Amino acid sequence: MPREIDREGVRRLVDQGAQLVEILPPDEYREEHLPGAINLPLRQLEERASEVLDRHRAVVVYCWDSA
Amino acid sequence: MGFTQVHDYVAGKLDWLAAGGPIEGTGAAQPRAGGVARADVPTCALDERLGEVRERVKAAGWDACVVVNGERVVLGLLRAGELDGDPGSRIEQAMRPGPSTFRPHVPIAELAHFLVDHDVPNAPITTSDGRLVGLLLRDDALHAAHQAHQAEGEEP
Repeated sequence: MPREIDREGVRRLVDQGAQLVEILPPDEYREEHLPGAINLPLRQLEERASEVLDRHRAVVVYCWDSA
Repeated sequence: MGFTQVHDYVAGKLDWLAAGGPIEGTGAAQPRAGGVARADVPTCALDERLGEVRERVKAAGWDACVVVNGERVVLGLLRAGELDGDPGSRIEQAMRPGPSTFRPHVPIAELAHFLVDHDVPNAPITTSDGRLVGLLLRDDALHAAHQAHQAEGEEP
């Protein structure tokens, strides 16, 4: 179960080498995303996570908001 | 998936943008409210006297002042009309309380239209927790929007 974090938590984890993942559709990602984030749309997350992400590093996922 | 360190930034991209966080992407270069707002706008506290604030504001070359608390959370606004009030009055009485505020990530063209359509000369730009980023002047917003249109090759 993912642990919830806030904005400061994101900054802290990214400074420590965490991988940032935006799970929104590609066009939204292309428009704007957090610095260094990669795009893994939600529907592809489970299928491609192992291929794209380093399982030995922390992962931070985010969407548009909490809705 | 075999990942043991997974975190969910629940508040998401909107929270990041609203706080004025840096972004990447095709839209990153478009001018936004936070980048155009004047960070050097004079500020004052609720318990100050209007006369003293007015002198300070005019000496700084401004005709507006944002009322903030100790954490720079916006509480009110003093435009020219309010600044011309009774100099002995407290700011809390003289100010325009709870002004409409906007977030730093809002595209400047959108805000320029709003400020013109509603005949608003300026508006505080704040983070999602209400802290002052700066005061956006309508003329600055129009100028930035115009420049952005020209840069895109569109009709001004």
